[in-house]
Amino acid sequence: MARMKFLCDADRCIECNACVTACKNEHEVPWGINRRRVVTINDGKPGERSISVACMHCSDAPCKAVCPVDCFYQTAEGIVLHNKDLCIGCGYCFYACPFGAPQYPQAGNFGTRGKMDKCTFCAGGPDPDHSEAEYKKYGRNRIAEGKLPLCAEMCSTKALLAGDGDRVSDIYRERVVARGFGSGAWGWGTAYQMKSGS
Amino acid sequence: MTSWCKAALAALTLMLGLAAAGMPARAADTTSAGAPAGTHQLNTGADADVWRAIRQGVQGTSSLPNPRAGVLIQSEGESWRALRNGPIATYGAWALAGILVVLVLFFLFRGRIRLDAPATGRTVQRFNALERGTHWLTAGSFIVLALTGLNVLYGRWVLLPVIGPEAFAALTGWGKLAHNYLGFAFMAGVLVTFLLWVRHNIPERADLTWFAQAGGLFSKNVHPEAKKFNAGQKVIFWATVLGGAGLGFTGLALLFPFSFGGLQDMQLYQMIHAVIALAMAVIIIGHIYIGSVGMEGAFDAMGSGQVEEEWAREHHALWLAEVKGERIDPRPHGHHAPAE
Repeated sequence: MARMKFLCDADRCIECNACVTACKNEHEVPWGINRRRVVTINDGKPGERSISVACMHCSDAPCKAVCPVDCFYQTAEGIVLHNKDLCIGCGYCFYACPFGAPQYPQAGNFGTRGKMDKCTFCAGGPDPDHSEAEYKKYGRNRIAEGKLPLCAEMCSTKALLAGDGDRVSDIYRERVVARGFGSGAWGWGTAYQMKSGS
Repeated sequence: MTSWCKAALAALTLMLGLAAAGMPARAADTTSAGAPAGTHQLNTGADADVWRAIRQGVQGTSSLPNPRAGVLIQSEGESWRALRNGPIATYGAWALAGILVVLVLFFLFRGRIRLDAPATGRTVQRFNALERGTHWLTAGSFIVLALTGLNVLYGRWVLLPVIGPEAFAALTGWGKLAHNYLGFAFMAGVLVTFLLWVRHNIPERADLTWFAQAGGLFSKNVHPEAKKFNAGQKVIFWATVLGGAGLGFTGLALLFPFSFGGLQDMQLYQMIHAVIALAMAVIIIGHIYIGSVGMEGAFDAMGSGQVEEEWAREHHALWLAEVKGERIDPRPHGHHAPAE
């Protein structure tokens, strides 16, 4: 069984934000919510790096561990999904997440955050595949269509890789060998190491 | 803001008695970039510094309006998770179970604390309508807040398996709303409680005597003298006022996200909120016991407001004398002792 992972090659990302736009369009994500974002470190200085980040679908997902209503679940492929029908918008997953992935439709005063929204690895949610309800709550289910996440597919420099973790590592390793350097698989330690599962 | 996390993690390590080597090893695991096998950072030393900084929460820029979007990794969340799901939940559960066991044992061995002398049939007013109203405003809101709060911490493990995910999520959702709004009733109750009773709750020398005799709780015919509030009640009062102030402040900070600080501050406020709330729940369970089944005549003080004179003489002799305008009457069995 594949273990789905994201990898952003920081030596390739050019901060074009196509991944962000593709995600918003594919899933018709509402205003104010960004399931994916691009962060630039040392902007305009030597050593500038850009990184595209979303939910990393952690092995031992902190969001899942702290959710008071236990609305998260992890698919057999390691994708971390949640049930918006159960979510109470308490914000705990946002406190716990290392990557700032959980998003809320509202500011949150008086606990009025609304249902949490985050990257689904284009895998929808617990509603029936391709149903209207699934699309409205979670966006398109490309995994059920046999496709990988659109953000990575649209990436102009193929900096963002998404798919089976072994294949993703192989591609990245080949790149590093070919060009003679690599910045390391950003975020993998936080998301995938020393955790249960693979 | 990472320093508290480190301190907290260190404390956690000690408390749980983990192998001292465990945490550094784990930290080292997560700090390395975790590259796939065969990937080496061939080019630079500078890059390593950049990645380390990112791992430690350095903020970059993004094109989003959200100012916090520039943070790539916030590791404090893992510490928050470890503390909340770990020691806070564990020791909280032990404390709650502990107070219940203590009260059951106390009831089995001491039984209901009854009047030592026959009732006189006369009553005296102990609390007026405002005092009782304030008490029940605070008490009623606290009970709902405590149950809904405990549900957020433990319900997933206790209630969810019983009633199922849909019913539990609906209940917890309503509970969250109740918690958010009744918090204001509780804060108002605590504030008025403080204003009404603070002058009766200043610690004094007689309180030491009361503590020395354990308030007469464990023996018949022992009643250390007390004014309107005995030392035990003063503890409840200050726990409510100070704990309530702490709960109110941290609660407001959580109710208005990012108005009182950043994400790390909110994690800290959540943990303080949980610890104070658990401690108060333990104290208040004891308070409820002694004010209801634990002692004959105690409930009337907050029920009708009229207490039996003999009860007042035993538990609040100095106060009774003050109310009745008499001098203190050293009765043969004239010890005076605790109440709720």
